[in-house]
Amino acid sequence: MSVDATTVRRIAHLARIAVSDAEVPHLQGELNAMLAFVEQLSEVNIDGVEPMTSVTPMEMKKRADVVNDGEIADAIVRNAPDTVNDFFLVPKVVE
Amino acid sequence: MTDLTSLTIAEAREGLASKSFTARELTDAHLAAIEAARVLNAYVLETPDRAREMAKAADEKIAKGEGGPLAGIPLGIKDLFATRDIRTTACSKILGNFIPPYESTVTSQLWRDGAVLLGKLNNDEFAMGSSNETSCFGPVTNPWRREGSNTTLVPGGSSGGSASAVAASLCMGATATDTGGSIRQPAAFTATVGIKPTYGRCSRWGIVAFASSLDQAGPIARTTRDAAILMRSMAGHDPKDTTSVDIAVPDYEAAIGKSVKGMKIGIPKEYRLDGMPAEIEKLWSEGAQWLKAAGAELVEVSLPHTKYALPAYYIVAPAEASSNLARYDGVRYGLREPGKNVIEMYENTRADGFGDEVRRRVLIGTYVLSAGYYDAYYLRAQKVRTLIKKDFEDCFAKGVSAILTPATPSAAFGIGEKGGADPVEMYLNDIFTVTVNMAGLPGIAVPAGKDTQGLPLGLQLIGRPFDEETLFSLGEVIEQAAGRFTAPKWW
Repeated sequence: MSVDATTVRRIAHLARIAVSDAEVPHLQGELNAMLAFVEQLSEVNIDGVEPMTSVTPMEMKKRADVVNDGEIADAIVRNAPDTVNDFFLVPKVVE
Repeated sequence: MTDLTSLTIAEAREGLASKSFTARELTDAHLAAIEAARVLNAYVLETPDRAREMAKAADEKIAKGEGGPLAGIPLGIKDLFATRDIRTTACSKILGNFIPPYESTVTSQLWRDGAVLLGKLNNDEFAMGSSNETSCFGPVTNPWRREGSNTTLVPGGSSGGSASAVAASLCMGATATDTGGSIRQPAAFTATVGIKPTYGRCSRWGIVAFASSLDQAGPIARTTRDAAILMRSMAGHDPKDTTSVDIAVPDYEAAIGKSVKGMKIGIPKEYRLDGMPAEIEKLWSEGAQWLKAAGAELVEVSLPHTKYALPAYYIVAPAEASSNLARYDGVRYGLREPGKNVIEMYENTRADGFGDEVRRRVLIGTYVLSAGYYDAYYLRAQKVRTLIKKDFEDCFAKGVSAILTPATPSAAFGIGEKGGADPVEMYLNDIFTVTVNMAGLPGIAVPAGKDTQGLPLGLQLIGRPFDEETLFSLGEVIEQAAGRFTAPKWW
């Protein structure tokens, strides 16, 4: 399988990465090189094989449903590009 | 007094205990070495004040007889590990000036045991790369050069800063991470020892995520013993990482020097690639003979799905990366590039903040997870992964204790030499290491010799799950037989 220019733009939008028209052919070539490389997986017989979900057979531990952290709003917003009080500020999302 | 930076961790530990020198002196010697080696670009942030403070605290503890297992040992930390109040960037422009308000579990255990932080080490952006050329801070220089040549070589990647700093004696050991070979390949390129432990051995909490089902932390050091010493402090269960395993951490150092007599060592025929350089082939059989001379038994084994590990990896890892890196959106931390609306802000931020390699992988990951392609790519790759793991299980079920392979298909190469036209050319560096991540197994790279141009080459040992001890025992046999290799100082 390979991707065309429209697909490259669609993926870029899905990935939320701005891509200029000038970059599309180059990206298309790189993505197709990677897709050509992974194409060899189609020759593997995977009938009846379970997909891997965990490399180590282990039961995931569950923790008690209790508050064990908090009251650290200052620390949480300290690295934000834009804040008001203890809120992250973003461009308007609701008209 | 001998140059304190040339000591191993084991030697420094003795010297500190016998009061031959202080932790402060040991740290100062390393800070001076770092300053004199800035041309290597191994460190992206030096933390001399913090280092001296920590060394002073270590001296006080040692004086009271309360020094931990790493008291006063100066280390470098890959910039993928969050360090409290110290800039952590994953060497990506998108994290900018991120100052974590928390400490990764692995590094917190190193400080608990008395280690000293010298600074943060360079790596490929988000650990995506095999040459350390994708870092937003620029490439790292390998202290090794071809004989009679001034060509600048890469130290490998993604833990290139860690490998270069350890090889050039700019720290006594370093933390690193390995998703497809990022500890073992740079270790092989710099004649250092690097171990990727079993998935789940080290907590991933506080380490910038690349591909969560593959990422593991491990040490790079100058000897197998030093790697074992560091491994003991780094490993252990952490309630904050549900994939970290709750089993006791052994005294890895006790495995150093243990007999390997009677162990069955698998030699996988699928690792004998067409067109493999003769010197790699030679090194491999030499390594096998050393293990045999130490009493191990060599058996040919088959891992039939080996050739599919790398293509499966280049579906699974980018898929997980595209999901993990969705968090970099310019809202909560890091870079923000304005846009007309919030979507445009995300798109501009991520276009400007991610480098080419990261962008490529996020895009391919998005594609293989997108509607209509998930089954053909991602699901198929995860099934192939099951088969890769089964190959190893079959092999271990026949009584094989460990598997010996070359660590890399070549020695270090020049900056800008690979991957320019076709990204896959660079990816092939991990052909021998990536299987181990796909199966979640432990793997160690040990220096074993040099190529005809005088560059170091390494061998890899792959072990059973949670049997890092056997790898340390076997690694020590190779180290004793091959000797240690030190890069001639030119910087």
